[in-house]
Amino acid sequence: MRYFKAILLSVLTITLVWALNRPWGSVPAFGPLLSPFAGFWQNAESDQTKDEEVNVTGTRAPVTVVFDDLAIPHVFAQNDYDLYFAQGYLTARDRLWQMEFQTHAAAGRVSEIVGERALELDRFNRHLGMGYGAEQTLKGMESDPTTREVLAAYTAGINAWIDQLTPAQYPIEYKLLGYAPEPWTPLKCALLLKQMSSTLAGGADDLLMTNVLRKYGAAVTFDLFPDYPTREDPIIPPGTKWDFKALPVPAPPKDSLLTNLIALSAPGFGVSPSRANPEIGSNNWAVGAQKSATGHPILANDPHLTLSLPSIWYQIQLVSPTVNTYGASLPGAPNVIIGFNKSVAWGVTNVGADVLDFYAIRFKDASKQQYWHDNQWKSVRRRLETIRVKGKPDVVDTVYYTHHGPLVYETGAKPFRPSIPVGYAARWIAHEQSNDMLCFYKLNRAENFADYREALAYYVAPAQNFVYADKNNDIAISPNGRFPLKWKNQGKFLMDGTNPANDWHGYIPADQNPLVKNPPRGFVSSANQFSTDPSYPYYINWQFAPSERGRRINQRLTVMKGATIDSLRMLQNDNYNLRASDALPTLLPRLSEKGMSEQQRNALQALRQWQRSNDAGEIGPTIFTEWTAQLTKAIWADEFDTGDTLPMRFPAFDRTLTMMQRDTGARWFDNTKTPARERFSDVLNESFRATCDTLVKKHGPVGTSWNWGQHKGTDIRHLLPGVDAFSALDLDVGGGAVVVNATNERTGPSWRMVVALGDQPKAYGLYPGGQSGNPGSPHYQNMIETWRLGKLNELLYLQSAQDKNPRLKRTMTLK
Amino acid sequence: MIHIILIAVLSFLAQLILPWWSLAIVAALVCFWRSPGALAAFFYGFIGVAIVWLVYAILIHLRTDGIFTARMGQLLFKMNNAAMPMLATTILSGLVGGLAGLSGYFIRRSTGNQTA
Repeated sequence: MRYFKAILLSVLTITLVWALNRPWGSVPAFGPLLSPFAGFWQNAESDQTKDEEVNVTGTRAPVTVVFDDLAIPHVFAQNDYDLYFAQGYLTARDRLWQMEFQTHAAAGRVSEIVGERALELDRFNRHLGMGYGAEQTLKGMESDPTTREVLAAYTAGINAWIDQLTPAQYPIEYKLLGYAPEPWTPLKCALLLKQMSSTLAGGADDLLMTNVLRKYGAAVTFDLFPDYPTREDPIIPPGTKWDFKALPVPAPPKDSLLTNLIALSAPGFGVSPSRANPEIGSNNWAVGAQKSATGHPILANDPHLTLSLPSIWYQIQLVSPTVNTYGASLPGAPNVIIGFNKSVAWGVTNVGADVLDFYAIRFKDASKQQYWHDNQWKSVRRRLETIRVKGKPDVVDTVYYTHHGPLVYETGAKPFRPSIPVGYAARWIAHEQSNDMLCFYKLNRAENFADYREALAYYVAPAQNFVYADKNNDIAISPNGRFPLKWKNQGKFLMDGTNPANDWHGYIPADQNPLVKNPPRGFVSSANQFSTDPSYPYYINWQFAPSERGRRINQRLTVMKGATIDSLRMLQNDNYNLRASDALPTLLPRLSEKGMSEQQRNALQALRQWQRSNDAGEIGPTIFTEWTAQLTKAIWADEFDTGDTLPMRFPAFDRTLTMMQRDTGARWFDNTKTPARERFSDVLNESFRATCDTLVKKHGPVGTSWNWGQHKGTDIRHLLPGVDAFSALDLDVGGGAVVVNATNERTGPSWRMVVALGDQPKAYGLYPGGQSGNPGSPHYQNMIETWRLGKLNELLYLQSAQDKNPRLKRTMTLK
Repeated sequence: MIHIILIAVLSFLAQLILPWWSLAIVAALVCFWRSPGALAAFFYGFIGVAIVWLVYAILIHLRTDGIFTARMGQLLFKMNNAAMPMLATTILSGLVGGLAGLSGYFIRRSTGNQTA
């Protein structure tokens, strides 16, 4: 009996300890997690105020880091190696988990951490050739001695931080998911760039457009999906001279486009298509000296990305004998990406060039060893991808590479993204050898326009509109990246991979990329709209982001005089809905009040009185946004949403509006699913009433409960899905998809910056988050409220580590 | 009382270098060494261990204005306050400590009687 009790209790205790010491599915190991000695308690931080001296191995001389009140590091190093070492060390200190997680995601390694549920995501990234592309980029970066050393220093700095970590000091996400950080490698820096390319240059409509063409023929397709919109104001002002001798444009293949494509079209497959996120875009502009109150240019930039915590960006000032630059960096990449130095400022928005194309591959046989191209059999290269899966055996995948690129999905496979065709190889700019990092390294050190031009030539992907301003009063903008040399509309549709006429034919020379310097209008700007008007001799893409943001910015800048930092900040927060002002004069007069319910009439009244502002406290934007979505669906869904069998897309809103204005008898207004013939006004009235009824159901009678800010509800979510506790949810903030302040439900200005050039640059900026990636830190989301209010913080541009400023809090010495 | 102090001090020291479950070994050893009865052994183990976790947790909570305690409460228990993380920390450690103390006591009984 006495043995029995002793054994029973011991077994019970040991079992309890064992059960608490391991995770159960997604439930973390509670024992170590709750321990104040090693668990989450150890991640709770208070504001550090004391100076510190840190011993690290790897620096060549002591590095001084001054932290300001927002925990932004200002790094003073005596040589460049130490500078990038310190950048790696400090970024890892604040953002280690995020850096590793994002690069794991790019490499297709999320299953290692979360198990089988990420397997399809991992498979997708591997089949798209993310790892292959990263290896190519790494080759490019390591072939240049400068960037090789920057990478080595940055990597050594990150590893110096990782090496001294004890498990109790691991970021909370490691503790929750039960894994440990691994050493950083230069390849991870390349993977991060691929992740950006995937976000910004990984969208493809080729399959959807091919299906449209197959169903409706060339005439309808080119009518509804034109190569230039009705309303546009391109980035390069029309009339700008192209001062270069253009290369000959390659000839399109001779065989009829359509018959060829019908033969090629892949059979349909599951779920509705997900494409490049149209809400991801950005604004930037620079006003010249003649328009600014200071007599020198002022530059502004706000990149719109999926808002997340830890924040996408990390602020840092980097000072060494060769550089003094400040701005936003990407955790996992050395240098400042968007920022300024004493002489120049620069910023970026996405171009949206068509740099991802799909080629139908004809294999000789099921063994997939050879494929047909240029009238001969060519050999296929295989790449084995081993995906480790937490709690499961490894999954080994073979990816087949042709000279076009990897076969993203084999015929018969079920694609992760339905917009990616099955049986096609992807030709993607992100697979090219490149050294994009050198562009930023040189921009960080640029002193004048010539330096800017030199830096841009190194940049490949994802192509960006690089805006530029300097203290010598030059301003410029250039849609820049490596653009494939194409025949017109090459890659608008899927292509036949056997015909070499469909291949990319080299690239547009970097010095012939679109560029405008000091235009007569006194400003340059971009908001992801068309790079140029049709006079540019090369083809970049047939579609770009909707023109409203760009046109609004240009309208405001055209009339702006004596611009200040504050007037540009106000423009970043501009909520004017140009789409509403374009469309409502066409839509409203055709609405009939006859037979409307009281609530519908109230909503109509509200819409009529609305001054077209997407402020948080307005109800007009709620009605307009929901109504246009409903209307678009009512017009196009019957013809262009046939469900799973043939994924297609709708024509753009610009084309829809043009049709509503000029062709009200168009066949497309009829709902083909009803026997009656509907006309434009029927669709218009029905969709308005349905929208009102839906909103009443959701928010009650027309009133403040319909307010745009709450209706839209902007969320800034932690990178791990579902971790609401580490997210900032339902922020009450204005903006919208087609307004300058492009704050949407999940996306928005991820960094806002305004820089006034001059003898000393004066800069302001912030991002919606905080410097620390640790949810237990007071600096995790401390900038969100300031961001929500549309304000900016002054960016302290220090000249030396001894500079005095009341906002400087403490010093760290790395030795 | 001496048991509680011993368990508290020794488990604290052990956890500075060893994994969290070293607290169970400490509680078991102390109660193996000496304990007036089963109930007392559980009580010593529970209190001795739990007091260390609770006090340490409270210290961290106060030093950091409790920002993170509430967030973790939200994450783990869907309650946006510090009470649940505190309670869970205390009870979890206490249960392990108490059971370990009890084990130590019964092991002593089963072996001690034979040698006595």
